[in-house]
Amino acid sequence: MPVMFSVLEMTPDWMLTHGPAFLMALPLLMASIMAVLPNKRVAWATTFVVTALLTVTAFALALYNAEVGTTIYKMGGWAPPHGISLVIDALNAPILVLIALMSFITVIYALPATVAEIKPNKRAPFYAAFLLCIAGLLGMVITGDAFNVFVFLEVSSISTYVLVAMGAARDRRALSAAYNYLILGSIGATFFVIGIGFLYMETGTLNMADMARILADLDGGSRVAKVAFAFIIIGLGLKLAMFPLHTWLPGAYAYSPTPVTVFLASTATKAALYLLLRFTFFVFDPSYAYVADLLLYILVGMGVIGMVFASLQAIFQTDARRMLAFSSVAQVGYMLLGIGIATTASVAAGYLHLINHAVIKGGLFIAVGAMWYRFGITRTEDFKGLGKTMPWTMGAFTVLGLSLVGVPFTAGFVSKVNLTLAAANAGWYWAVGLIMLTSILALIYIGRVLLLAYFQSPPTVNGEVVVRNEAPLMMLIPMWACATASVVIGVNSDAVVGASIRAAELLLGAG
Amino acid sequence: MSDPDRKPDAALGRDPHVVLRVISKFLIPLIALFALYVQFHGDYGPGGGFQAGVILAAAVILYALVFGLKAAKAAFPPRLIRYGMTLGVLLYGGTGVVTWFLGGEFLNYSVLAHDASHGQHYGILAVELGVLVTVTSVMIAIFYAFGSRQPETSDEDW
Repeated sequence: MPVMFSVLEMTPDWMLTHGPAFLMALPLLMASIMAVLPNKRVAWATTFVVTALLTVTAFALALYNAEVGTTIYKMGGWAPPHGISLVIDALNAPILVLIALMSFITVIYALPATVAEIKPNKRAPFYAAFLLCIAGLLGMVITGDAFNVFVFLEVSSISTYVLVAMGAARDRRALSAAYNYLILGSIGATFFVIGIGFLYMETGTLNMADMARILADLDGGSRVAKVAFAFIIIGLGLKLAMFPLHTWLPGAYAYSPTPVTVFLASTATKAALYLLLRFTFFVFDPSYAYVADLLLYILVGMGVIGMVFASLQAIFQTDARRMLAFSSVAQVGYMLLGIGIATTASVAAGYLHLINHAVIKGGLFIAVGAMWYRFGITRTEDFKGLGKTMPWTMGAFTVLGLSLVGVPFTAGFVSKVNLTLAAANAGWYWAVGLIMLTSILALIYIGRVLLLAYFQSPPTVNGEVVVRNEAPLMMLIPMWACATASVVIGVNSDAVVGASIRAAELLLGAG
Repeated sequence: MSDPDRKPDAALGRDPHVVLRVISKFLIPLIALFALYVQFHGDYGPGGGFQAGVILAAAVILYALVFGLKAAKAAFPPRLIRYGMTLGVLLYGGTGVVTWFLGGEFLNYSVLAHDASHGQHYGILAVELGVLVTVTSVMIAIFYAFGSRQPETSDEDW
């Protein structure tokens, strides 16, 4: 495409060669400066500029990757496998763009939201923790070194615990939610690093490409490699909220400050899912019997149970953000199902759903956050008449909600159709049925809220009917950016579908 | 059985911890010196910023344990500690930024001097210094955080 090439030409060479290190060093260093910066206005502006720069860099790197293929950046000039390498390939380039873009969208939304939710003296530290979290997520996606993944996983996790706990200014339950997340997240990270330790014992290297090569030579390796794999999957399962390990997620999403929920829902579990893909298909290989068994029984099994149970739980939630959080667990189930079927088409569909769901859930949480900002609404029964009192916010919520259900001409439809086709082509007809069933369940929990919003009149407070009070522009812009993106992907999905197929081909070999 | 009429040592004008105090006063500079030894010997043998940082922080923590948290906070104000945590990270990352501007990869110390091995030497010194500053500050900050915790939650905090 000519437009894309001109973007690449405009990008300085420096950014293309050093971009990978720039992506993680910039937010890391700015976070530490901001931690001692007392000024809250400057903090927001800096975060805004940093995330904008990150988005541009990630986008340029992704385009560059589509043109020249996999690039490896040698940290400190030390060549892999001994040195730490930063790798950009077809699998992680779209995730990098997603994380950078969603952080940018979150920062726009955060300007009004933090004013309402975070104490003034805590705002600069809030943005510092936010930037640290971005650095951690980008780092764990970009690095080619398995131990480095753990380090960045911890950077992002620890800053996330802080961010979740900052919701205490609004709701004290944030503290117990953050503590719960801290315990489970630490267990997850510990399991992950134990797995990496065993893998190092088996292969004698920490470079992921090198590990993959040695494991292939060993034909999957001994029992040590199997144990390593089990530990890594459980550790990542906790981080990505795989069904029985998801218990930290609803609390963390429901009680953290709303910008944090937006950011977490659209990036944190997605980065962990990326790591799951990286480890099951790239470091390990589905041709090893134990990996194939795990894909078939654990990932598909847990994915499917999660899809049904979390959807059912979402129907019975009274808190809007908890409802969306359980829906997130269910959507993770779809992605796991796609990964578990393990054909190129199904992995591509799971990957596609990962990207689409990030955009959809990010937008939905912004909309719910805006409702809290204006009316203090957290419960679904308070959605009465929101179609009249906040028409634009409710409009975005409707578009994104329908996208979540999978109505045609939305992003959710594209990924669900791809997943259904992939399941049908692999002969998994029961999975097709389950995707239909859970889509109906999604229609119930979203429809329930939409009915209240559009077919009930606004409530009466102190004898007066609540009048129209739209969300501020700084909330409407990111909200509608997500809604528009969801519709654009739904109408013309070539770019995103192409990226996900390239990612799946990289993992499973073209064909 | 203790004598009920016996007064605490402090009330009699005696210091009950005189041995502790004297020995600590003697040990603290040695601990700090050993920290610096571990720091700068890290190039040639076991050691480096992490270990040295913990040892240096141990000196401050010993001071706080023996002479009280108030005295320690007067000598090493929490505000300074906060800047220290940041300064170390910036020293480390700043080294990387400098190598960028000199045309190398992030943290490629070889470009820091004409001779690549000298560059590696300068680079690791700067980076380890950053680690020392941050680790020391973080250890002290953790100690302060636990040490100055109120034993009970006051009514306003609920």
